[in-house]
Amino acid sequence: MPDTSSASSVGLVTPDTAHFDTPLELACGRTLPSWELVYETYGELNAEHSNAVLVCHALSGHHHAAGYHHVDDRKPGWWDAHIGPGKAIDTRRFFVIVINNLGGCHGSTGPASVNPATGRLWGPEFPLMTVPDWVNSQAMLADRLGIERFAAVVGGSLGGMQVLQWALSYPDRIANAVVIAATPKLSAQNIAFNEVARQAIRSDPEFHDGWYAEHGVVPRHGLRLARMVGHITYLSEHAMGTKFGRDLRTDSPSFGYDVEFEVESYLRYQGDTFSTRFDANTYLLMTKALDYFDPAGAHGNDLVAAMAPVRCPFLVVSFTSDWRFAPARSWELVDALLHAGKAVSYVNIDSPHGHDAFLLPNPRYEAALGGFMQRVAHDAEVSSTASGDSR
Amino acid sequence: MRSDLTLIHRWVPEGARVLDLGCGNGELLAALYRDKQVTGYGLEIDHEGINACLARGVNVIEQDLDQGLNNVPDDAFDLVIMTQALQVLRRPDLMLEEMLRVARECIITFPNFAWWRHRLHLGLRGRMPVSNALPHHWYDTPNIHLSTFRDFEQLCSEQGHTITDRAVGNGDREYWRAQRWPNLFGQVAIFRIER
Repeated sequence: MPDTSSASSVGLVTPDTAHFDTPLELACGRTLPSWELVYETYGELNAEHSNAVLVCHALSGHHHAAGYHHVDDRKPGWWDAHIGPGKAIDTRRFFVIVINNLGGCHGSTGPASVNPATGRLWGPEFPLMTVPDWVNSQAMLADRLGIERFAAVVGGSLGGMQVLQWALSYPDRIANAVVIAATPKLSAQNIAFNEVARQAIRSDPEFHDGWYAEHGVVPRHGLRLARMVGHITYLSEHAMGTKFGRDLRTDSPSFGYDVEFEVESYLRYQGDTFSTRFDANTYLLMTKALDYFDPAGAHGNDLVAAMAPVRCPFLVVSFTSDWRFAPARSWELVDALLHAGKAVSYVNIDSPHGHDAFLLPNPRYEAALGGFMQRVAHDAEVSSTASGDSR
Repeated sequence: MRSDLTLIHRWVPEGARVLDLGCGNGELLAALYRDKQVTGYGLEIDHEGINACLARGVNVIEQDLDQGLNNVPDDAFDLVIMTQALQVLRRPDLMLEEMLRVARECIITFPNFAWWRHRLHLGLRGRMPVSNALPHHWYDTPNIHLSTFRDFEQLCSEQGHTITDRAVGNGDREYWRAQRWPNLFGQVAIFRIER
């Protein structure tokens, strides 16, 4: 049983739901007439509403980033290492919001929700979401919560892309941007891995062109393969080597195709658990959102020109052993911001854990992120005092 | 603030775009942001220094100066500052050219190896000098390219740069003698150069 009352934990948390009847126009040309966002908040919003921090989640993430839902939860939220009292994103100073993105499978409107127009589940007919669409929906929730401007928007991987989009779409509503283990666009290799994952799902006989729910089945086999491929790209060769090496689960080779190597067992386990908790249509949609993200695309592939709207300081973080979104990809963003004359800081954290490093504890990562966020908190508190004085 | 930084602070024009190479804990840039409304970045590799910059709101980019400034376009800045870092670089000559590619003007400070106490150390005791400005032993020093006022002036002349200002950073120590004979009495060399 976890220590939910630990001084460094946000403790027990309960998600909230916001319902919207305002139609959301999407990049694909379609419109979501009504929709819901599920989200969690940690900490207290101050009187001036100046201390709100939005944390954006990655491909398989969701709104439950910190604390526990039940006292008997085995694990805390996915970013509990960095969100909590006294942690890098300090909930004693910030009001933290984490939203399950539209198209997700953890409560926000998505392929497993009912399409009001047909009365049927959305399934494969749920519109493809893009990073700008998500950011627009997040801004509408911010309006609802009375947050005009975020003290910071923070995210890793696909979450980092949302942060970048915030700085481009809503430059007046974001005071600081923290982009971690992300990239300004996917490489052909990144897209290739995503396509293998999608084909694994789509070629599963249980997929039924995305209508698997109506058939009362789940394309578990495809999801499992998709996750196994994805997982390889999240770890570094070194991390896999030290974790599993060439260790066998048996004393000697069996000369067959059952699980033999520890790494096979690990990947199968990861695939199995994922296939029972994640929706296949959501996985397809999320990988497409990744593939489509390319803010430079609309500017003749000139990322420097694309950065023109940016008004807030950036902190860009990469990890040395990340080969999914390698440090060189973060450099592209840093260079573009520097060439555009925008405020940017960059750190490249030594870690053996590959892309997954952004989720894990690491003293230098925590010190850099924590130091930056303390300055953000200080500025938010100063601005709240200043606005208090002017009343 | 360190005495060479106080002097540089005076030299930096209001509102300049500044690049600080080896910016340390960001003390100088923070003061320049505040007092002179400059914009700009520090480059640093020391983790403690980087963290200090982040915490005080100085834009800091983790970058090894020995890899050059390929990521910085020509004339991206008005001024490049490099304090006490020239002597640790693998190729100070190439860095000087790079600095005057990305800005018209630069300010450089480094420990003067020809300071009389250093000379005494080497000349009389026959040992590599250890001082406030050069606190390391010969075997663990990061200072691999030590030079003097005269050496540096010669490099500038070979590269065709103009020295627009020269000063000594001694604090109060031997101030007048150092003004008169910098290469003998100047502990820290401070140069302002233009291309």
